[in-house]
Amino acid sequence: MPTVSMTVNGKEVSAEVETRTLLVQFLRDHIGLTGTHVGCDTSQCGACVVHVDGKALKSCTRLAVQCEGASVTTIEGLAANGALHPMQQAFHENHGLQCGFCTPGMIMSAVDMVERLGNKLDEKTIRQELEGNICRCTGYHNIVKSIAAGAEAMK
Amino acid sequence: MQVKPSGTLDEYLAPVTIEEAARALADGRASVLAGGTDLMLQAANGRTPYRGRLVNIRRIAELRGAAITGGRVRIGALTTVTDILNHAELAKAVPVLRQTADKFASNQIRNMATIGGNICNASPAGDMIIPLLALEAEVELASWDGAKIRTREVALEKFFTGPGRTVMERGELLTAVSFAVPEAGHRVRFAKSGPRPALEISTVSAAFAATCKDGVTTNVRIVLGAVAPTPIRARSAEALMEGAECSGDLAARAAKAAAGEISPIDDVRASAWYRTHLTEVFVRRLIEDVCHG
Repeated sequence: MPTVSMTVNGKEVSAEVETRTLLVQFLRDHIGLTGTHVGCDTSQCGACVVHVDGKALKSCTRLAVQCEGASVTTIEGLAANGALHPMQQAFHENHGLQCGFCTPGMIMSAVDMVERLGNKLDEKTIRQELEGNICRCTGYHNIVKSIAAGAEAMK
Repeated sequence: MQVKPSGTLDEYLAPVTIEEAARALADGRASVLAGGTDLMLQAANGRTPYRGRLVNIRRIAELRGAAITGGRVRIGALTTVTDILNHAELAKAVPVLRQTADKFASNQIRNMATIGGNICNASPAGDMIIPLLALEAEVELASWDGAKIRTREVALEKFFTGPGRTVMERGELLTAVSFAVPEAGHRVRFAKSGPRPALEISTVSAAFAATCKDGVTTNVRIVLGAVAPTPIRARSAEALMEGAECSGDLAARAAKAAAGEISPIDDVRASAWYRTHLTEVFVRRLIEDVCHG
């Protein structure tokens, strides 16, 4: 079995994995970071979105071995020193979640959105950019509000 | 949640040069991994079982990036759809590629999916393939002949033989796609349809290319996706328009001719009847957009 090493949320991690191990399985089952969810397992729903070398991607369609040497950020890597990340805080304040299953992916996509497009995000842009994330509670209204507020707060 | 992919996977290689990759593929017992957005799903559902050895070509730097030299655009196989979306020079020379990339899946998938993978997956609904056919692109294939790299070029139109099937031999690697920069005034447009605007496998996709000068249409190319076993050129519709006066009911007649050239199927995404209807509407709108827009 190949050994894979990467940086996850700033920490070096290394493990022996089967080649077919997906990045999301590696994160959840090998290093115990269960904040990244698996919804559809077919890269449609976006519950598994993480950042790899600064780009948002769906960790259910990427092998762990592909991330050899990469820097990965998961939902657990956003809060610093016990304080929520501004985007997490915005979801909290704006009730940007109902059942919460899609939330880690929503927040990871939202942070990526701000990093690419800046802090002033209008509703149309946010809705367009959320094309890769599905909320089955259909709680989009508050998710959009949360992202707009979180984007402002990330200044 | 652990889906066991089909096939066996007992060796993993991540070559950094084309030669290393070609050698690793030479015995035909390897699966090529680029972005993985199709391969992962197809290995999981059994459509494309792993062949024992997985060759991750993503670390071959020379396969990534697009350049325009000597009037020709060359896009490396590993260029991602996001790379295409963000490539200013490419967007200026060939706006249809950015237009298509923008309608491709979602941001997180565009970040991973490569142009070479979209071509090799050979889906009749592969979005990037449609404008590339309208640009009369060709693909470059490389393989290891036991002593050196052997390369050949294949016209994209001759590349596909059926859904998921191509003329590529086992052991061959698609390294790039290239085409001539469209001459001034030659306009290319893309359209696709699905039940939702994002993250959709096209129900029907189409590209139209033509030069409309002094009211006359020349250099006409009509490409249709998801309406036949492979993406197709609608040759009789093209012939009807070539050199014709671009007025009156030409768009409507060409659209009707194009809809007569397809062999759509009924499936979960749409009925054959609806695909035929969409084809006619799309082609007519694209012609009107290019010739009168």
